[in-house]
Amino acid sequence: MTIQNELKGRILLKNINKTTDEFKKIVQKEQPSVNKTANFFKAFLVGGTICLLGQVFQELFMTFFEYSQQDAGTMASITMIFLGGLLTGLDVYDEIGQFAGAGSLVPVTGFANSMVAPALEYKQEGFIIGIGANLFSIAGPVLAYGMVSAFLIGLLQTLFGG
Amino acid sequence: MGIFIKAFLIGGLICGICQLILDNTDYTPAHILVSLVIIGSILTGLGWYDVLKEFAGAGVTIPVSNFGYILTKGVQEAAEKDGLLGLFKGVLDIASAGISASVIIAFFMASIFNPKR
Repeated sequence: MTIQNELKGRILLKNINKTTDEFKKIVQKEQPSVNKTANFFKAFLVGGTICLLGQVFQELFMTFFEYSQQDAGTMASITMIFLGGLLTGLDVYDEIGQFAGAGSLVPVTGFANSMVAPALEYKQEGFIIGIGANLFSIAGPVLAYGMVSAFLIGLLQTLFGG
Repeated sequence: MGIFIKAFLIGGLICGICQLILDNTDYTPAHILVSLVIIGSILTGLGWYDVLKEFAGAGVTIPVSNFGYILTKGVQEAAEKDGLLGLFKGVLDIASAGISASVIIAFFMASIFNPKR
């Protein structure tokens, strides 16, 4: 981090008369580029593994608890939500996220993470304003838009007999 | 055995595509999650999500787009039965377990653990 700041400072001195846009371009050029192909495969690998794990749980719930396929799928989701929440609490999920990017964001474990992480971050503000409100800082928009689009699709199909 | 491989491949592919979007645009993770849910909802409306689910199992039921699927599926089934009322009544019919579990589990996790200093 400090090396990066120093680099930024040196670039700043040399280019003190440049406009903001020009300066941004210069900084961008000097920064190490992200390897997008590697990122894709990391996300693919971790995300795929999480989904595979979900499938394993689903089969286990079907075999050993005799749930229907639908209920076993729901139980598998809940198990994954539990694991995502737990690993976030243990501060492990962030580490996975550093490596996996969207691979740990997109599965439902990432949804659990998006509830627990901000709630923990603002825990010191108390149980109502801290935990209660921040559980929904990302889950809120997700649920709101999910419900609205579900309603709209249902409405369209009712009106036009989809 | 095939279902495990398909779950891995399809689930991984969805995550990989989202990573490409994150790397190449200014969208934030919150944008990605909201978009996935809306896409899941639209695909359910078109009847494609059921096909995907049949094919890839957890590969499409573990990604967040599944919330869009279960929310919309609930509305569709209830609307068939109760008409206009069903549009509201059905939203949480199938999704209830997943959403309730998320809120309850997340609350306890946030209560039990403490943030890293």
